[in-house]
Amino acid sequence: MEKGTFTVKKGLAEMLKGGVIMDVTTPEQAKIAEDAGAVAVMALERVPADIRKEGGVARMSDPEVIIRIKEAVTIPVMAKARIGHFVEAQILQALGIDFVDESEVLTPADDRYHINKNEFTVPFVCGARNLGEALRRIGEGAAMIRTKGEAGTGDVVEAVKHIRTVMDEIRRVQNTPDEELMTVAKELGAPYELVVEVKRLGRLPVVNFAAGGIATPADAALMMQLGCDGIFVGSGIFKSDNPAARAKAIVEATAHYNDAKILAEVSRGIGGAMRGINVSGMHEEDRIAGRGW
Amino acid sequence: MKIGVLGLQGAVREHLWALEKCGVETIVAKKSEDLADLAGLVIPGGESTTVGKLLVRFGLLEPIKERVRQGMGIFGTCTGMILLAKEIRGSDQPRLGLMDLTIERNAFGPQVESFEMELPVPVLGEEPYHAIFIRAPYAVAAGPGAEVLAELNGKIVLARQGKLLGAAFHPELTDDLRIHKLFLSMLAEKTGV
Repeated sequence: MEKGTFTVKKGLAEMLKGGVIMDVTTPEQAKIAEDAGAVAVMALERVPADIRKEGGVARMSDPEVIIRIKEAVTIPVMAKARIGHFVEAQILQALGIDFVDESEVLTPADDRYHINKNEFTVPFVCGARNLGEALRRIGEGAAMIRTKGEAGTGDVVEAVKHIRTVMDEIRRVQNTPDEELMTVAKELGAPYELVVEVKRLGRLPVVNFAAGGIATPADAALMMQLGCDGIFVGSGIFKSDNPAARAKAIVEATAHYNDAKILAEVSRGIGGAMRGINVSGMHEEDRIAGRGW
Repeated sequence: MKIGVLGLQGAVREHLWALEKCGVETIVAKKSEDLADLAGLVIPGGESTTVGKLLVRFGLLEPIKERVRQGMGIFGTCTGMILLAKEIRGSDQPRLGLMDLTIERNAFGPQVESFEMELPVPVLGEEPYHAIFIRAPYAVAAGPGAEVLAELNGKIVLARQGKLLGAAFHPELTDDLRIHKLFLSMLAEKTGV
């Protein structure tokens, strides 16, 4: 009997496909998310929109918060560790968290290196803006990838850019002759073996979710139609007028992302979306997607 | 023979790949009209509370049960096994409730306790089955209608009842097609549920 194998880690991510993972800060919010049909919750002290507003150093959440959320639901519970902060990840693993997000939403703890995720029993998800970044994270042991988008903005434009970039680069790898793959790997800054595998599979070797700016059922369906395997919603639910209705609608839209009639139906009467921040008007230093190496 | 894979959430594509390798026609089933001419339906691994709620919201629970009464088989893995069971300990979540099983969800613990192992499955022959358990359930009890096909430390991890087959692990994550083939052979049998 073998625990913590890459198959088992990657396998949990496969089981989350077609589902919605929601940021929650209290056990009550966790229940709302579960009742709406979330496949997992991300346990946090503050959602990204508040981290952005309040500033300061954003760290792993208080274990007390995480434990109370874990006790409130039966679905998987995820939690965030700072980039490179392997001790925060060790603590989350000791707490029995189901998935660790090594997240750019928190203030990075290391300005050069990410966590060696292969050393852990708990699986990791990491953000990526392009194929090279995704494959570097998988090389370090990430069992799941998500777009970085621009968290806490409610603006989907960056998430769209990131999934389009990844899909475009995958198509290019697929059309590259074998003898050119080493140079492609060098240019992408990605492990050669993983580039070869991407060519063979025609997709990433692990599931790829959308994150960072999804605020409406239509945003979720857009990301699914662009080729994402599932959806993370951070601030988009509990910063909206009617979190329970919006959460349920985003779950339904993700399940039926290709059916415009159902999308029209579930988008009706769910109250206003989070107000949000227009990414194109943001200062470069306010953007967090650039964190990660 | 046409087999549908319930496509609301979970490891849908992995089951499609396995079934295609078995040489049967497949569709992704999301609506009740998709069920019309299916010999069998696969309910993949996923999150059982999510899939159960979507079955209710999109009106699939009764149509699936009706098709089972007409002879359609169901193969449920992990989430699918939970949804097939009559009893789920400590939960009133929506379900099909067609098999005489009492399920314990997340029975092995959180994800760090998930594992893979060589599981003896006598009905498949001598060679054990490489079984992948992910936040897996098991059945603590089987009623008279259900036949236990594999156990792990005294807990039921594979069971059948007529044309219904439930696995606590994930045959869709391996290349071993024996359990998918077992399901297809069950569908070819003459006996009803």
